Amino acid sequence: MRNYETTFIVDPVLSGDEIKATAQAYVDNLQKEGCEIVFVDEMGLRTLAYDINKRNNGVYYCVEYIAPNGAFLNNFELGMRRDERILRFLTVALDKYGVQYNADKRAGKIGKAKRHKQEKPAKTEPAAHGISRKKADSPHLTGVPSGDAESFKEEE
Amino acid sequence: MASRDDIKFLSNPKIGGRRKKYCRFRRFGIKYIDYKDPDFLLTFVNEQGKILPRRITGNSLKYQRKVASAIKRARHLAMLPYVTDLLK
Repeated sequence: MRNYETTFIVDPVLSGDEIKATAQAYVDNLQKEGCEIVFVDEMGLRTLAYDINKRNNGVYYCVEYIAPNGAFLNNFELGMRRDERILRFLTVALDKYGVQYNADKRAGKIGKAKRHKQEKPAKTEPAAHGISRKKADSPHLTGVPSGDAESFKEEE
Repeated sequence: MASRDDIKFLSNPKIGGRRKKYCRFRRFGIKYIDYKDPDFLLTFVNEQGKILPRRITGNSLKYQRKVASAIKRARHLAMLPYVTDLLK
């Protein structure tokens, strides 16, 4: 049993239903291969850092799953490669820290939730904020007193 | 004329004293670096989008490798640019 994570970008030109159907098709495909889906993260529409197939944004999906072995991967990736609706994809094998990180992220232990609260009012200055923002930490960091975190920020 | 002793007081002794670099992953116990978090990875690239060397970031070798691979993955997924100017 191995943990994998596949992130892919769906063409934003498709209608909302088509985008969802595309993502769902790949999730179903994985299930058919005997994988256990842990979590499907819809990261939503994001601007790409550079153009891919003349698109400058894309809909990101991230699927985390447990596979019995790596045999399915060739066909799965081949399907994505041939699919014009998929702009990019990346499959990564997760180590135990990765699994832990994803679980904590889902439980809201990692930066995200806090960051939303901080950043939403201060949307006028996103660039500086994004850089100085304290980081996605692993669970061990939650014990660090906030005073430390502040000084850490300032050093940057 | 200012003597040697006066000069000592005229100059700020704190100038030039550098804080010791450290590996933030070691210090804060961060074990996994997420390639889907471009805001964080931005702290490890310069404004052209190049990966900063260890001698500047202070990362330990183990985590520098992880940072590098996370940045490369993020680039593949168009979360970070391969080449750019004025990234920050």
